[in-house]
Amino acid sequence: MAEIEIADIKKIAEVVKNKYNYDFTNYAMSSFKRRIQRILDLYKINNVNALLKRISEDSAFFEEFLVEITVNVTEMFRDPSFWRVLRDDIIPSIMLNHDKIRIWHAGCSSGEEVFSMAILLKEMGVLENTQIIATDLDKEILKKAKSGKYSLKNMELNKKNYVRFQGNSSIEEYYTEQKGIAVMNPSLVENVSFREHDLVQGEVFNKFDLVLCRNVMIYFNQTLQNNVLKKFHESLFKFGYLIIGSKESLIWCDIANKFIVVNNEEKVYKKYKD
Amino acid sequence: MNKYNLNNKYKAIVIGGSAGSFQGITKILSNLSPDFKLPLILCLHRLKHVRNGFVEALSLKSVMTVCEPYDKENVKKGKVYLAPANYHMSVELGNYFSLSTEEMVNNSRPSIDITLGTSGYVYKEKLIGILLSGANKDGALGMKNIKNKGGLTIVQDPKECMIDTMPSAALDITEIDYILGVDGIISFLNELNSHYK
Ligand SMILES: C[S@@+](CC[C@H](N)C(=O)[O-])C[C@H]1O[C@@H](n2cnc3c(N)ncnc32)[C@H](O)[C@@H]1O
Repeated sequence: MAEIEIADIKKIAEVVKNKYNYDFTNYAMSSFKRRIQRILDLYKINNVNALLKRISEDSAFFEEFLVEITVNVTEMFRDPSFWRVLRDDIIPSIMLNHDKIRIWHAGCSSGEEVFSMAILLKEMGVLENTQIIATDLDKEILKKAKSGKYSLKNMELNKKNYVRFQGNSSIEEYYTEQKGIAVMNPSLVENVSFREHDLVQGEVFNKFDLVLCRNVMIYFNQTLQNNVLKKFHESLFKFGYLIIGSKESLIWCDIANKFIVVNNEEKVYKKYKD
Repeated sequence: MNKYNLNNKYKAIVIGGSAGSFQGITKILSNLSPDFKLPLILCLHRLKHVRNGFVEALSLKSVMTVCEPYDKENVKKGKVYLAPANYHMSVELGNYFSLSTEEMVNNSRPSIDITLGTSGYVYKEKLIGILLSGANKDGALGMKNIKNKGGLTIVQDPKECMIDTMPSAALDITEIDYILGVDGIISFLNELNSHYK
């Protein structure tokens, strides 16, 4: 099969933008290209032109395209050492000055990160004092997040991470096994609002003490990373925290100087200037 | 000592390895000329959930600085870049790295095919790809991509490999320019470096 060209990728982004108003023009090239290839393989579509035709004529297909074009791979307590820092340093320092903690998970995918947060807060006894908003571009993945249903196989990995995080209970306390599926205890996310939100085109909608956006901006090019970082800056109270993935960096961004590094190893930043 | 008849057109070297490659790679890193001029891009299979320790282990004897790149970090000369645990590492047009958490490829994240394939796409005939010992087939397709783009390909001599599945898989599906032992790879790279001022 012919290799996907940059021109093809641009065409696809253009059609998607015009017809469905999602903007992938500034996504990182090589992963986006692999996603397109993956869709061609999955749906046995012969070439990019056939894909373009299908996208423009079949909006039901586009829903599926949207699910596959985004990368949803995630885990609970990914980077356990980060979650320890969150529990031991960040949350306590927010609580010094606030009765209520407002948290935004941007790009929450199937919700594992949100459940990790809820478990952490519950173990700290402050889950009731928090307001969590979890957003993603992908409607279908949000449904999964809300349902809190995970395969037992994934649960094994989640459990390993939880053990490394050194939680004060055991992860089995937080789900029940139903027909071979782990169903998370719904009370954990009772107060979580799961919402559709597009980081690229969406407006700033609230202010937070803590924003987590881990392993989302790696799918953006630097232009887009810059724009999205501005939105995070606006969405944070002064001295609020921004957390990105362990292999991401802010130093290239225009407004990096408005943040200070709180923990470089775990990629915790603090908004320092308005 | 112009055994390989090289020149200075190359822009980068990419190396893949898995089971049984650690000794070879440390030997290479400790025997390169200290003024080695090209970037060395490494994708080695590693434990998915152990983030720290590997860079340190490779750094111990390396003559060049070893680091795991951040997402969107530029590729610089004379540095060794190691694909981080649990991320795929690609090279992008514009000569920088990008990372991703996509599904595993060949049961691996980082996948050697991804690092080799994207490097081939970016550097084309200016790339040298090297595949070392390993127990699965990850990397074979990447080597094929490098060859298709006009790059130069080397595999560790299967006879010398602890586990030869990986280099043998590459030999099965694509043209390999040189089959060398680790010592041969070292003299190859040092001869290459002598063409750079
Ligand atoms: C790899 S997941 C990250 C999950 C989790 N934060 C983690 O670190 O494990 C990336 C998520 O970003 C979402 N995403 C991609 N582009 C987005 C956009 N423009 N707006 C909001 N979410 C987006 C994807 O749908 C996907 O669920």
